[in-house]
Amino acid sequence: MGFISGFKRSLDAWINSIFKKKRAKIGLYGPPNAGKTTLANRIVRDWSDGESFGSVSPIPHETRRAMRKEGVMINANGSSIELDIVDTPGMATKIDFKEFMAFGLSEQEAKKRAKEATEGVIEAIKWLDDLDGVLLVMDSTEDPYTQVNVTVIGNMEARKLPLLIVANKMDLPNASPSRIKAAFPQHAMVPISALEGSNIDDLYKAIAHNFG
Amino acid sequence: MDLVSGEKLENMTSMEKIRLILDKVKTGRIVVLESGLTPDEEVRLIEMTMTEIRVDEFSGIEIESYPSKKEGSLFDKLFGRNIKGRLTVIGPANQLRTIEKDKYQISTKVSVGD
Repeated sequence: MGFISGFKRSLDAWINSIFKKKRAKIGLYGPPNAGKTTLANRIVRDWSDGESFGSVSPIPHETRRAMRKEGVMINANGSSIELDIVDTPGMATKIDFKEFMAFGLSEQEAKKRAKEATEGVIEAIKWLDDLDGVLLVMDSTEDPYTQVNVTVIGNMEARKLPLLIVANKMDLPNASPSRIKAAFPQHAMVPISALEGSNIDDLYKAIAHNFG
Repeated sequence: MDLVSGEKLENMTSMEKIRLILDKVKTGRIVVLESGLTPDEEVRLIEMTMTEIRVDEFSGIEIESYPSKKEGSLFDKLFGRNIKGRLTVIGPANQLRTIEKDKYQISTKVSVGD
């Protein structure tokens, strides 16, 4: 990170903290299959025209292009914030087409998906330069110390941008949000089930508080 | 396995570090960086890795580092340069696998001859 860009980010963060801007561009980040698109779909269904972001699938890397929805107004805790939401492809450090074949895709389909997934990861990384904050979606049944989580959190801390951890999949019996909280105690965390909508109002309050 | 000292890393640019890592990992080596990478260098490494993935040749990297630490002078803090990288292990995705990781320890399994 260069001297000028570091200074600009510090200045932007300082200005934002003073003027508390009420419109923010936030990105949904996380590893593949953490439930980013399920959450994005729920947010626009609750607060917008109901048109969904995209399809969801048990096969990893279903979202391979970043999708954006502008002007989603969230009212919570007596305040409102207008969000531009960017649902990003799952971040990964490796992509092997054979992993997709295990889900029943043909070799040709799997290779195509792998190629598009690598492009999706690059696009997700590019978006990091153009956001006001991040919702980091974690699967609360998984180990939180994945490199994707560590890298996204490190980048948001270095850029001094707000980050809210969403501990998703609380509907599953082995969910453990306390493990996530213990791993990253310095950041706010909200446990939810994006699929069932449980605790979703607490998430909206946290969004209004952290990004407003 | 190559263990790269913090002193050597300090004298390299971000791009030099990323190229060094990928060149070694693509030939099957495991790289251990004493002082790790900055968060920005980590995402650039992932980005570059994605551009170099090839079917049946290179499926990507396994990278493990500890959560970054805040330290440095007031001047560093002022300009957002106080996030320091920590020990990092990087290897080919088909040879290095993380068994367990927490704030203080990374356990990995290395397969040889895959």
